[in-house]
Amino acid sequence: MSRERGVIIAGAAETDAVGKLPEYSTLQLHVEAAVNAVADAGLTMRDIDGIATVNSPGPVQVAHALGITPAYMDGTAVGGTSFLLHVRHAAAAIRAGYASTVLITHGESGRSRVGASPFPRGASTIPGQFEAPYGTAGPTSSFTIPVLRYMKEYGLTHEQLAYVAVAQRKWAARNPRAMFRDLITVDDVLASRVVAWPFHLLECCLVTDGGGALIVTSAERAADFPRPAVHVLGTGESMDAPMISQMADFTESKAFRLAGQAAFADAGITTSDVNHLMVYDAFAHVPIYGLEALGFTAKGEAGAFIADGNTEPGGRLPLNTNGGGLSYTHTGMYGMFAIQEGVRQVRGEAAAQVPDVNISVVVGNGGMFATSGVLVLGRHAR
Amino acid sequence: MSAAGASARGQQTPAKPVPEPTPETQPFWDGCAAGELRIQRCRDCGKPYFYPRPVCPECGSTDVEWFTASGRATLYSYVINHRPARGFENDGPYAIAVVQLAEGPRMMTNLVGIPNTPEDLVLDMELQVTFEPRGEISLPVFTPAGEEH
Repeated sequence: MSRERGVIIAGAAETDAVGKLPEYSTLQLHVEAAVNAVADAGLTMRDIDGIATVNSPGPVQVAHALGITPAYMDGTAVGGTSFLLHVRHAAAAIRAGYASTVLITHGESGRSRVGASPFPRGASTIPGQFEAPYGTAGPTSSFTIPVLRYMKEYGLTHEQLAYVAVAQRKWAARNPRAMFRDLITVDDVLASRVVAWPFHLLECCLVTDGGGALIVTSAERAADFPRPAVHVLGTGESMDAPMISQMADFTESKAFRLAGQAAFADAGITTSDVNHLMVYDAFAHVPIYGLEALGFTAKGEAGAFIADGNTEPGGRLPLNTNGGGLSYTHTGMYGMFAIQEGVRQVRGEAAAQVPDVNISVVVGNGGMFATSGVLVLGRHAR
Repeated sequence: MSAAGASARGQQTPAKPVPEPTPETQPFWDGCAAGELRIQRCRDCGKPYFYPRPVCPECGSTDVEWFTASGRATLYSYVINHRPARGFENDGPYAIAVVQLAEGPRMMTNLVGIPNTPEDLVLDMELQVTFEPRGEISLPVFTPAGEEH
């Protein structure tokens, strides 16, 4: 389908800064990201006829704040991967003629909580009845639960898990916008305080403020924009379970696997075609699950693959080259930042640029392991 | 609980979350109150399942029934949480575990009657359900098999 009528990312930008931004509300972060992305595409708000974002504040609030009356709205909100799904849905809408130019925004005052919604989890919801009573306290104490099972089944060591953070810090050291840039060792990681055993602080993502936005349009217009077009070659989406305790298999992400298979089939690629990879790293085990679910390594081998240096600067599969959620930034719904880095790498403008990126794959997760979106981004139309 | 409510209670530790049953989950909580772990199974395909819902997740049948599970389980995975949730502030680091019931389904739980340390909590160890009062509810938790909680 991608080959019939191509879709591109024509504009992409983050907020001026990411990190600790108490002077910005959630809505301001959306607005600044949108303004920056529209400018990046050489467009004005008048050119936008489609909007997509998560709640809150939601597509109506964001569009209205920008003076846009869209013909297409997508409020898909399935966690931090939502923006990857927004790209997929925008591609379908553009092919269907529902919209020509879709703006996708993310803004989250995850650290400062300015103008942010509380996390509601009523005691009568299914998670409120069957997980919250056992003392879950957000993703640090839930998203992390599967890994002991994985370690027992596949022999992943604590040192290999820690090395995920070490490898990504090597990328962050090359990115001036990254929150943490000092190189670290496995001993540093294992000496950082325990958050939810077996996870230490340095194996958990940051909590920051920031935003990002994208402009998606048809590939026929690729020559009309100031920046190099990034072709959306393939997309996929899937889900696993709404609660971590009900995940189908604690040693693999079904959502990653199914979304990845769909995206690769859509793009007509295999893992050997991929020059650059982003896997949403809320915690150190997630890139391991991502590498295996998409077939970059055999089951049980991703920990050693990372520890052997394959994903760090100079390695054969550059992974999370902005430093990731572990070292760059993590607002709460990090998926937008994973896409942004994929776009920068394909354009050739990343801070830690990988040479000759023809195809970048972006893997997102949402609601911990509940949902996934996968994008195949390319420099050339297929 | 509102912030004002917490303030009015001074330094008192906030209560742990209390589940609020809904119509489709009420038989589960009624079972807990009676000291039984009642879950559902499909009368068409035979699949036992948890959490409570009116459709079999295996085959889509609505011909489902409640039954009393054995209460036996094994330890599937866990973390030991060092950042306590509201109400757990005085518990020290505590395990949030997922157990696999002998009948197959998995559920989240806490582990009692055993130190919550990596050395003591060994995956696949045998466990038995027991019940703890939580507000108006009896909450299923698990303890090493063969030991009284």
